Amino acid sequence: MTEAAVCPVHQDRDHPLRPPVGFQEAVSDGPVRMLWPNGVEAWMVSSYAGVRQVLSDPRFSTRKGGQPEMRTDAGEAVLDPDQPGNINGIDGPEHMRLRRPLSRGFMVKRMNELRPRIQQIVDEHLDVMEAKGAPADLVASLCLPLPSLVIAELLGVPPEHQELFQATAGDLFGKNGSKDEYLAHATKLAEVLAPIVAAKKAAGTNDDMIGLMANDTDFSMDELIFLCIGLLAAGHETTSNFLGLFTLHLFEQPDQLEVLRRDPGRADVVVEELLRYTVGHLGGPGLTRRATEDVEVDGVLIRAGEWVSVSLMANLDEALCPRADELDLERDAVSHLGFGFGPHQCLGANLARAELQIGLRTLFERFPNLRPAVPVTEMRYRNDMITYGAAEIPVVW
Amino acid sequence: MTVRIDQERCIGSGQCVLAAPDVFDQSDDDGIGLVLIAEPPAELLPGVRDAVDRCPAQVVTLDE
Repeated sequence: MTEAAVCPVHQDRDHPLRPPVGFQEAVSDGPVRMLWPNGVEAWMVSSYAGVRQVLSDPRFSTRKGGQPEMRTDAGEAVLDPDQPGNINGIDGPEHMRLRRPLSRGFMVKRMNELRPRIQQIVDEHLDVMEAKGAPADLVASLCLPLPSLVIAELLGVPPEHQELFQATAGDLFGKNGSKDEYLAHATKLAEVLAPIVAAKKAAGTNDDMIGLMANDTDFSMDELIFLCIGLLAAGHETTSNFLGLFTLHLFEQPDQLEVLRRDPGRADVVVEELLRYTVGHLGGPGLTRRATEDVEVDGVLIRAGEWVSVSLMANLDEALCPRADELDLERDAVSHLGFGFGPHQCLGANLARAELQIGLRTLFERFPNLRPAVPVTEMRYRNDMITYGAAEIPVVW
Repeated sequence: MTVRIDQERCIGSGQCVLAAPDVFDQSDDDGIGLVLIAEPPAELLPGVRDAVDRCPAQVVTLDE
């Protein structure tokens, strides 16, 4: 393999719901070398089979340190590779030790038990939105508070810390902050969480996630605190963006919105297709791994020590489904990569599914005439975040 | 037709339960996947194949 031209990774979009300009063209022809904003070069893999391989083959490590980063703070990794409790930075048995107790907390039947409470939170927030009257900001009215309240209850953190958690979770995903700023945000969260974790340990209870981790595992205090920060941050920042982006895609494709309106009972299948399509259209950089041995991916030899990033644009690969670049809510669910793949696949996937299914279904049942108050292209988007989404979604009904 | 889960490598994602709820469950102790019906009847096989495909840890197998 000769050295291909190295393209810079960027996230400039000419339409807020489409991949960054030129990205699809740059990465579609097999693994290519790309230069990241922090100056690190990595292979970019974007085929469906290639992404599944990289994310599930144990010869690709997720251990961090000097990895490609979107943060502009050149070269400086914000996290120590040995940070205790960094579940996304360890492999094999070490990873399983942390992952298994958490999987128990997020298992399917537990998430199903949460559904009535999720429905209640959605109903209450839509009641308030309706009472205040149009126009409303959907992000502030539903998208942000829903996952934020649910993850806090699941973890068992008192409601008075909600605002701090929500604001700080956002700060942790900023693209422009320095390492010192990142660590200051993490420290602020740790200071609030430490006494909560200590109290659950003293009480010996396991009826919420923190209690379960504190009392049914051998996790150290440092691990517990960092895992809580990770769960809070992930719980706040991801589902909220997706609920908003789903709604915007549906506004832009009224024929598809009609499919959901006609049969709200299909919300589970609809959410899978929206996950596939939305994550595919985020484009840009995805998850990073490092080869520990020479491995061939999509016909290209990746050498031991080289970085690989996978683009979840693989969700638009025709190998996954026909007309993969189209949103088709009548299609059966396919094995998309919206939650990643491999042993590090999103831990909260089943919680996110429940929130997105109930949130989306109820939103359009309650407000069948919901529509954007300004054109989708004129709304504000969070281009300064690692996790992309709309900052505001003004709606009328 | 035998369904198996390699429990050593299972991460407890529950994808198999979503794909074929009659065939799979998760352990209350650690969330690890359990096979409820090791020799499922033909009508449950599409769901089992879906589980094999979707399992992020690639630990569900169907010996045909």
